[in-house]
Amino acid sequence: MAGAAVLGRLTWLVAEAVDVLTETPRTRTLVLDVPGWTGHRAGQHVDIRLTAEDGYQAQRSYSIASAPGDGRLDLTVERIEDGEVSPYLVDDLLPGDRFELRGPIGGYFVWEDEPGGPVLLLAGGSGIAPLMSMLRHRAATASEVPTRLLYSSRELGDVIYREELDRLAADGAGFEISLTLTRAQPPGWEGYERRIDDELLAEVAWPATERPLAFVCGPTTFVEVAASALSRLGYEPARIKTERFGPTGG
Amino acid sequence: MSFVSRGFKGRRRDDVPPERIPPGQHATRDFPVLSAGPTPHTPLSDWTFEITGEVAEPRRWTWEEFRALPSEELTTDIHCVTTWSKLDTVWEGVSVDTLLAEVETDAEYVTAFCDGGYTTNLPIEDVTDGKAWVAFAYDGEPLDPEHGGPVRLLVPHLYFWKSAKWVRGLRLTADDEPGFWETLGYHMRGDPWQEQRYWGD
Repeated sequence: MAGAAVLGRLTWLVAEAVDVLTETPRTRTLVLDVPGWTGHRAGQHVDIRLTAEDGYQAQRSYSIASAPGDGRLDLTVERIEDGEVSPYLVDDLLPGDRFELRGPIGGYFVWEDEPGGPVLLLAGGSGIAPLMSMLRHRAATASEVPTRLLYSSRELGDVIYREELDRLAADGAGFEISLTLTRAQPPGWEGYERRIDDELLAEVAWPATERPLAFVCGPTTFVEVAASALSRLGYEPARIKTERFGPTGG
Repeated sequence: MSFVSRGFKGRRRDDVPPERIPPGQHATRDFPVLSAGPTPHTPLSDWTFEITGEVAEPRRWTWEEFRALPSEELTTDIHCVTTWSKLDTVWEGVSVDTLLAEVETDAEYVTAFCDGGYTTNLPIEDVTDGKAWVAFAYDGEPLDPEHGGPVRLLVPHLYFWKSAKWVRGLRLTADDEPGFWETLGYHMRGDPWQEQRYWGD
């Protein structure tokens, strides 16, 4: 198991947006400068706190998408239509705006290059964010751990980090990507076109005999289906790490 | 110290009594699922609930024996450390008092242990005197596996990671031994009203 995630007290820090990147129509990446940030491990998240003029506060958790040691902190946020915090972060926040943040949080859903089997990453929607931190960390450290990503989106325009993922997969360092588009596919689409199921996972996933390490992140149903399917394929439960994004009024 | 985030107004819910929402939490109507690994599925024929550790005589119940114990229905608010709270949730379960009444112990702490290897630690005073249950039904239905079925611990006055899913027993201990999340930076006790989310809170 990974070591301790948090040493001592997690104090609230001030984050300033230095850039705001549009990833898809529903998601943006906030590039943050956080003085006093002590670093993170790939897969961890932060709590953020917004304060309105009348003192009202709202707090939420977001996964970190940037690699450890990047010198910046990226949060990729998906707009939840009736949400309280995500519409502000996706639609209203501008470079120069500030909010409070503390972390890093979570020491289990964490990838570090260590001896062991190949890595399987399963992402549903914006659940790609912490897995992207792992892939960026893998690239930055020139890790050669064979790694496969299966990424499920509604349609091509919803695929976050598409160009970067294609670039990483093209550089021949042992990273392979499979996309599945569950709602609409462009003409000539050669990827998968259905929600994940046992058969799809059996095609994409490493054989259980290789003792893979799996990270699964996405909406609850996606994670339930994916983690159960991996169990049926013979993956060791302790090597299936899950993180779930539910609609929690975000 | 906090400061204003430009343009943030928030969306206060007028259907939620503010005095029931701990600091930093917000009310949700759905029931999010959070777990660190796959959902275990233990057949009820293999299922037991045990009290072990610092006890004169360990005690174990089969599913039939457990379900024959007196149970209670309760309506309570629950609070997850990931900042959602859910009000007026309806549960049915066996009071931990009922289970502990069958063992002799001087232990001051318990570690709940679960299918899948999850553990969480609690002071014994947080699970006695009508404060904790081993719950087998939610909203009048058997508890779904993804929500911890067949049974989960229910300790609603603490953050919900203490309400361990798929719980299989309580190990009584002399010392407060950090469990799964408590080892990974989360607070040893987890009182939402004191916002005890992480170490040092």
